[in-house]
Amino acid sequence: MSLLQVEKMTHYFGGLRAVHNYDIHIEPGQIRGLIGPNGAGKTTIFNLITGIHQPTEGVVSLEGKNLVGLQPYQIASAGLGRTFQNLLLWRHMSVLDHVIMAQYSRMTYGLVGAFFGTAKRKRQETEAEEKAYRLLELVGISGLANQNVLNLPYGDQRRVEMARALAMEPKILFLDEPTAGMNPEELLQMMEIIRQVHKEFGLAILLIEHRLKLVMELCEEIQTLVFGEVIAEGTPEEIQNNPKVIDAYLGKEAID
Amino acid sequence: MAFFLQNLVNALQWGSFYALIALGYSMVYSILMLFNFAHGDIFMVGAYIGFGVATGLMVLASLWAFTLPGWLILVLTILLSMFLTSFLGMFVERVGYRPLREAPRASAAITGLMIGIILEILILWGMGTQRVSFPSLIDTVTYNIGGVFITNKKIMIVAISLSFMLALHLFIKKTRWGMAMRAMAFDYVVVPLMGVSINHIARMTFAIGSALAAVAGILFGVAYPVLDPYMGIIFGWKAFVAAILGGRGSIMGATLAGFLLGFIEIFVAMIFPSTLRDLIAYSIVLLILVFRPYGFFGEPYSAKLRL
Repeated sequence: MSLLQVEKMTHYFGGLRAVHNYDIHIEPGQIRGLIGPNGAGKTTIFNLITGIHQPTEGVVSLEGKNLVGLQPYQIASAGLGRTFQNLLLWRHMSVLDHVIMAQYSRMTYGLVGAFFGTAKRKRQETEAEEKAYRLLELVGISGLANQNVLNLPYGDQRRVEMARALAMEPKILFLDEPTAGMNPEELLQMMEIIRQVHKEFGLAILLIEHRLKLVMELCEEIQTLVFGEVIAEGTPEEIQNNPKVIDAYLGKEAID
Repeated sequence: MAFFLQNLVNALQWGSFYALIALGYSMVYSILMLFNFAHGDIFMVGAYIGFGVATGLMVLASLWAFTLPGWLILVLTILLSMFLTSFLGMFVERVGYRPLREAPRASAAITGLMIGIILEILILWGMGTQRVSFPSLIDTVTYNIGGVFITNKKIMIVAISLSFMLALHLFIKKTRWGMAMRAMAFDYVVVPLMGVSINHIARMTFAIGSALAAVAGILFGVAYPVLDPYMGIIFGWKAFVAAILGGRGSIMGATLAGFLLGFIEIFVAMIFPSTLRDLIAYSIVLLILVFRPYGFFGEPYSAKLRL
């Protein structure tokens, strides 16, 4: 049994078929890539698996546990973490707060504990803070912990999202265009961070990316999505030489 | 000078009521982007619950023939009434607002108005058309400090209000739920992914807001011991004005604007005939809004992040 299993997932927005018969099986520790032109349905697939939208049809399961119909917070707690294409950070909260907030469900002190400042609360808060610092260290921004996220450059905001997603201790991490808007130098750093994270936690990762270089270097296997359907699947070399992919990305003339 | 200081003291007390109620409006707005227009009536029900609890405690004490000191009854009344009124808030959220969370804002707004009317009629039905007088739990002691008359009740009211505001501030800054509330002020998308149930936080916000309204209700009963079922309307509207003036969704803003509103009203009444009080006071507020349309701590953007 795979870690994440998606079978024949289909979704309609009104009459528009956004995703059709999508399948993916991800094994523990695998890095997989999902590429495709704008509007192909890549983010929709993320949203369907993470419970933000409900698939019209299909099976989604994590470690054999069904995810369809669960609330996003339940799916996240089951071990599925993600970042967002269009940075969703909480304005006016500090970097550290973001990563501590992600450990919400691990802090179990009650109202009474909060009121009287019991040992349990202190311990849990210290643990959360220490873990937050470790993760910020890992993504290379521990020096910015007390900064407001709004003051951070774009690339660093992406790192905050990454640290926040990791703080949930996911079994599988969905990265939605983690290098969008980054310059080449930041791109290389982000690639290194993804490698590091993968090595450190042995996470499975599903990566949506526009930059082929990144996907080709990081992923073991890549799917190409066009109009909500997978048109090609294989190793980076196979994908690079697949005429359908070249057609979708570069237009027919490139083949002729 | 003494005259001025006297009014300052009065304004502090008056502003405490507005600030406590305005906090409830602001908290709910900041996480759900709707104003709970039943909040003024929750304040009124809180006052009545306080009346019931205080009377009940006094009857119990006399039945078992022991004497409870008045201050102890007051403390117990405040705590018990906060607890009970928080359930009213949670009930209103569950029945009135949760089903309408995705509905147009106007529908949610009139829900509040309707719940408010229902609460007024229920109290009217249960308590009769007579006004009730809040039991006098502690004796008034008046201190004369350099010509300024300060009663022990005024000091108590302001002190209790300020301590609850401080407690709320610490709750929001320091606890995990407070953190979730702050994050929910910005989005509904990521917060659930952190394992937070939005419904849970919404329920908690209503509970806290209503408990604070109950405190305001009881303190009001202590200061002006006459309760009637419609007392929540005008207070609710004015506290709502304070919440907007402070900046939609801003806790700090609501507190400060609540006090400011108290000051404006009292000082206008100090200079002008009291019939013109609200006319002039709210013209001033209107003028402030013209220059600061987002209130003191409000921000131009109001849309929540959604996918």
